Amino acid sequence: MEVQQSLWEFLFQQSDKLWSQTIAHIGLTCISLLMAVLVGVPLGIWIADRKKAAWIVLGFAGIMQTIPSIALLGFMIPLLGIGPLPAITALFLYALLPVIRNTYTGISGVEAAVTESAKGMGMNKWQILTSVELPLAMPVILAGIRTATVINVGVATLAAYIAAGGLGEFIFGGIALNNTNMILAGAIPAALLSIFLDFLLSLLQKSGIRRMNKVTVILPVLLLFLSSFYLVPYTGNRLLGGFTPEFMGREDGYLGLKSKYKLDIPTVVISDAVMYKAAFEKKLDVISGYSTDGRLKAYNLLTLQDDQHIFPPYYACPLIRKEVLEHYPEVETALNLLSGTINDSIMTELNYKVDYLKLAPEKVAHEFLKAKGLYKKPLNGDKGVIRLGSKIFAEQYILVEMYKALIEGNTRLKVQTHTGLGGTKICFDALVNGKIDLYPEYTGTGLLVILKPDANTMKRISGSREKVYDFVRSEFSRQFNLQWLKPIGFNNAYALMMRKEQAQSLNITTITDLKQFSSNEH
Amino acid sequence: MIIAENISKDFRGIHAVKNVSFEVKEGKTLVLLGTSGCGKTTTLKMLNRLIEASSGTIHINGHNIFDQKPELLRRTIGYVSQNNGLFPHYTVAENIAIVPNLLRWNKAEIHAKTEELLDQLKLPFEQFADIYPSELSGGQQQRVALARALISDPPVLLMDEPFGALDPITRAQVRAEFTAMPFLKRKTIVLVTHDVQEAFELGDAICLMDKGEIVQSGTAKELVFKPKNAFVKSFFGQQRFFLELKSLTFDDVWNELETADEPFGTKDFTSSTSLWDGMEKLSNLNEKMLNVYKSADKSLKYFTLTTIQTAYKKYKERI
Repeated sequence: MEVQQSLWEFLFQQSDKLWSQTIAHIGLTCISLLMAVLVGVPLGIWIADRKKAAWIVLGFAGIMQTIPSIALLGFMIPLLGIGPLPAITALFLYALLPVIRNTYTGISGVEAAVTESAKGMGMNKWQILTSVELPLAMPVILAGIRTATVINVGVATLAAYIAAGGLGEFIFGGIALNNTNMILAGAIPAALLSIFLDFLLSLLQKSGIRRMNKVTVILPVLLLFLSSFYLVPYTGNRLLGGFTPEFMGREDGYLGLKSKYKLDIPTVVISDAVMYKAAFEKKLDVISGYSTDGRLKAYNLLTLQDDQHIFPPYYACPLIRKEVLEHYPEVETALNLLSGTINDSIMTELNYKVDYLKLAPEKVAHEFLKAKGLYKKPLNGDKGVIRLGSKIFAEQYILVEMYKALIEGNTRLKVQTHTGLGGTKICFDALVNGKIDLYPEYTGTGLLVILKPDANTMKRISGSREKVYDFVRSEFSRQFNLQWLKPIGFNNAYALMMRKEQAQSLNITTITDLKQFSSNEH
Repeated sequence: MIIAENISKDFRGIHAVKNVSFEVKEGKTLVLLGTSGCGKTTTLKMLNRLIEASSGTIHINGHNIFDQKPELLRRTIGYVSQNNGLFPHYTVAENIAIVPNLLRWNKAEIHAKTEELLDQLKLPFEQFADIYPSELSGGQQQRVALARALISDPPVLLMDEPFGALDPITRAQVRAEFTAMPFLKRKTIVLVTHDVQEAFELGDAICLMDKGEIVQSGTAKELVFKPKNAFVKSFFGQQRFFLELKSLTFDDVWNELETADEPFGTKDFTSSTSLWDGMEKLSNLNEKMLNVYKSADKSLKYFTLTTIQTAYKKYKERI
């Protein structure tokens, strides 16, 4: 009951956001669907009596369908940038196959004797199409549109990754922030939306063979009506911020920016993976990066000074299950070899090699260990298996490769890696549930995302990374039976970044400068 | 009146129809007969340009069909396609109104004509007008298809295996109704079938086709009694006796029949009836003898099974 209550509370508190996200979601779904219908139905009709063309068109649409949705969104960025345009394009491509295929199947499934007698009675091509083929094929065509709708409502959640809004903002924010209510606040409306739209279309479908002609009018009107809700936020020439879902919900993130700096710039939610590039390509002006991120250097970005100290520095450490430590204490010894060897600039450099120079994380990790004299050949032992996890960005991949080399080189244990686990919540849940044994984590994330301490505790410990480390260490041990090992050495903190030349031309070096500039502009 | 001269159709180098010529006089029925793949349907469809002839000329009622727009041409020719081709999403009345709507008749006119036609086809308007084809029996569907082809009263009717989808019993029934319809007698009809019996019952003339060519054309009697070659002979081989009796009329054997005595002075038959139908009637009624009336010279004759047999034998000896 308590969970349900707080979910209602959450929905109530966030009703503004929920509403705008839902509208954006409907807009994304319906605009892309409308385009798919406008293109797919005529195309399906056109290929119905052209075998070769049908083969090519269906093949193309089929290939579009097999591309993983997140990858398709990724492909769109270099072509169309970020925001609604690439999202709608990707959704459109997704919806095409069911629409084309069902139109094709529906039209070519009309009994030949019927179309032939229509022709034999003197109907012309257009009359045959509108009064025979389309009405008879309409149930099949509508079934295709329904499939496309359900697919699109689902895939549209991913649009949040490329700053197109939609309910994915809540879903991915919730995953990143370990906030079940937030996940549900996105997932439940998305599911309801899918059921609702499917239901609307089923009404059309059931309205019977008689009124099929009207459907051809009602359907586009309905879709247009629904999509007209979607108003892309207009920013004009103002600076546009693009922040990750996690950043949006963290006290040492967007919430702090708003409360301490009173910063109020238009923002969009975007995935960490495409954010830097989008800033580089001038699609975004201000982004939330990590201070050690290699792309900082690669894309010539400038970190704004945090003059009011809302982004405290945090340690990066291996986080491990205690049972594993008790079983294989040698793991700790092996991992501690790395402690103190990597400072901020070294980590940035390593990240740069992976993020920008596109070297394999394994190679970068091994080269570093060799340079430090820590690399040993794997002992190929058979004492047991240690499962390493990582989040989905370069730094974590590199750290995991280093851990792997250290464990296999110094102990008789084998290592399995599970890299690319979505975010903090996924890694943490996997660890707590014993699906992995350890992963690199940051004390700040542990504090703000997992522990979420009350205001008093925050006041007492914030500002000192030692205090944060001690607090997190004791609480994790007590609450979750997890152990924070020795810090690796570098700090990782959030940072606001801008393109260097833009920051210089606007004379912005601190977050306060940014705030001043944006209020003047306002 | 339909005149087809040397019409051919090539499908990518395959000669589906080769130099076919025929003529159908006004009010007559021509049957294109043959096994599947012989080109009979292709020939039929060339008449309303559902398939465009590769060469040759076709005139219908004096007009060259290639001078007209195909759609406009087709609206003036009744067409009954294979498997009836009714629109499943149209009611009976709507199906019948398709051509009138294309011809922009007014509603009252369409309604009146539909009602008249349905009643003639023994499908009462009130009962059948607003139901869908799927609710009809096969025979009823076929009659609706016929009504649809006839509503605009086209002088020419093309029928592609019109009874092909029906079971044998319904088929015989619908066919009998079809031959009995008075307004069909005025139509110039081309009908495609693979059913020999159907061809014999409905055709004033028959074109027997094979491999895209007309092997022999003529009346049923000519085809059975004077086969042009071995193919024609073998085509009718299996049912020869039946077909011979079916194609011979009492007129043909008039001289071999006995003159009727006064007590039997009723006319059970006209002399244009086939011998087969006469025998069938005789066996159905369990009568010993029946009378035939020849209107040409107003004479009356009678027959029994035995006299028919004798007459048939004599006819065969004579030719």
